[in-house]
Amino acid sequence: MTSHDLRAQNLTLGYAETDIVTALDVEIPDGRITVIVGANACGKSTLLRGLARLLRPRAGAVILDGTSVQDMRSIDVAKVMGLLPQSPVAPDGISVGDLVGRGRYPHQGWFRRWSAEDDIAVAAALEATGTAELEDRNIAELSGGQRQRVWVAMALAQDTDLLLLDEPTTFLDINHQVELLDLLTDLNRASGKTVVIVLHDLNLACRYADHIIAMKKGSIVAEGAPADVITAEVVTDVFGLACEVVPDPVSGTPMIVPRGRHHAAPAVVETLA
Amino acid sequence: MATTLNIPLVRSGRQHRRRRAAAVTAALAVVALCLVVVTMMVGSYYVSPVDVISSVLGIGSDPTNDFIVRDLRLPTASAGLGVGIALGMSGFVFQKLLGNPLASPDFVGVSSGASLFAVTSIVILDASSTRISGSALIGAVLTSFLIYLLAWRGGISGYRFVLIGIAVSQFMVSIIGYIVSRAQIYEAREAMAWLVGTVGQAGAGELRTLLVALLVLVPLALALERPLRTLELGDDTARALGSRVEASRLALLAVSIVLVGLSVAVAGPIMFVALIAGPIAQRLAGSAGGVLAAGLVGAIIVLGADLVAQQVLPTSLPTGVVTGIIGAPYLLWLLATVNREGRGG
Repeated sequence: MTSHDLRAQNLTLGYAETDIVTALDVEIPDGRITVIVGANACGKSTLLRGLARLLRPRAGAVILDGTSVQDMRSIDVAKVMGLLPQSPVAPDGISVGDLVGRGRYPHQGWFRRWSAEDDIAVAAALEATGTAELEDRNIAELSGGQRQRVWVAMALAQDTDLLLLDEPTTFLDINHQVELLDLLTDLNRASGKTVVIVLHDLNLACRYADHIIAMKKGSIVAEGAPADVITAEVVTDVFGLACEVVPDPVSGTPMIVPRGRHHAAPAVVETLA
Repeated sequence: MATTLNIPLVRSGRQHRRRRAAAVTAALAVVALCLVVVTMMVGSYYVSPVDVISSVLGIGSDPTNDFIVRDLRLPTASAGLGVGIALGMSGFVFQKLLGNPLASPDFVGVSSGASLFAVTSIVILDASSTRISGSALIGAVLTSFLIYLLAWRGGISGYRFVLIGIAVSQFMVSIIGYIVSRAQIYEAREAMAWLVGTVGQAGAGELRTLLVALLVLVPLALALERPLRTLELGDDTARALGSRVEASRLALLAVSIVLVGLSVAVAGPIMFVALIAGPIAQRLAGSAGGVLAAGLVGAIIVLGADLVAQQVLPTSLPTGVVTGIIGAPYLLWLLATVNREGRGG
């Protein structure tokens, strides 16, 4: 992995008439796992899409290694930075091997078609995601967890130093969520790949993030190591949720315990009051 | 990690898919060419396959055969081949671009737009053959533009495109009805026959335009197949892979729309061919099969349907009647399964 510098400067993004992300500055730490959290419609997915050059900035810029991504050719960006969107579309009847192979698009050209290097990258992606035995299976036959691993494999086959994932755990049960986040951690630790993930689950975000970014209404409210950043006040501010933050019994990272209105044990209410 | 990589698995899987697609495409090409020859053999006067081939190649010795094959039957056969390829390819591209098996140009109104303009030029302007080609082409382009404009909401969703396309299609069909009802009885009959779609009526000028266009557009479509394979994964994935989404989509749509317009000018709106060719090709050739296989399936359907319409049935019928009989049950099946699987949206 070569080291990269991805940052946004004064970035404003939006759709139609509304600005979703406003005048945002952020720096993505190289070689780490960054997780972006926030309430629905806070602009976290929009920020991720902006970083990946899927949206043209209204103002400001996304800078990759000193150059605005808008000034780079799309194919050159795609060699350095990959993105797994929230809901990718699997064409009818496509097999796992074929789909993962399509991640090689930016490395091929009109005259440079399939090479041994492409086979190696696809094999490595299948291996890393444990999907090699599914190679000739039809995507439609797979379970949700398997399918998500195949999509991650396609993004891995792209062989980029930066990998951005938009809510990759959304349709997975808790077991597969943990499995996928473990896999992304493996990739980060083994190869130093920079990983940026938009996640809904705050507890998992705190556990897996080296660097967490909390967003509210298109701006960053707090960022840093989860242990430094995620406090009850921040969670209440970002999500409007009254809660306690306790150490995660497994990892020691912050764990959010919502208060709610109904289920607090009388003894606990005493101590909180 | 490198020691455990199963590269042979990846390579053999890829080669297997590629070989299957290549073998199926080659077989489809052979079948299509055989049907072209058979189309020129049969009729009220039988010509042997050898005589057909030598006449077409200009090395025949029998002037009667030469006349029958080259002047009477070659236009129909080449129209069937050209129209089928054009419809099959454009249907495949539309379905892939819009990610919806219902999104074929004959279903979403591109064909009816071309028909409206062609019928208008036949009935009202009494146009020459190049004018008919031209107006069908303009009709296809304008209608597509209209659908695109109406379906655009900061992006194109396949489902909305299909629904608006069906509405536009009905709109065009009702105007066609109005124009035909205003026509003289002779012109109205000509227009009605044309509207069912048949390859036997091809005018020499329209046919030449289509065949020349195919020489340019088929290689172009094949070149655009690479970006198409990223676009069918959704716009975001395609962009993340470095594909130039807007430019590629525009080029692919343009190629398909021109193919539809020119084929409608040649043979009228032969229904269902564009709808069924792509899925059949994909079923036969696998996911590595592409736009060429779809075009060849289209040609086989049109040529086969025309043979059935002209030779098998007791009275000779327009090609579109036979493709309609094949296509309508498929459409019903598609509507049923698409809704069940929730793929319609």
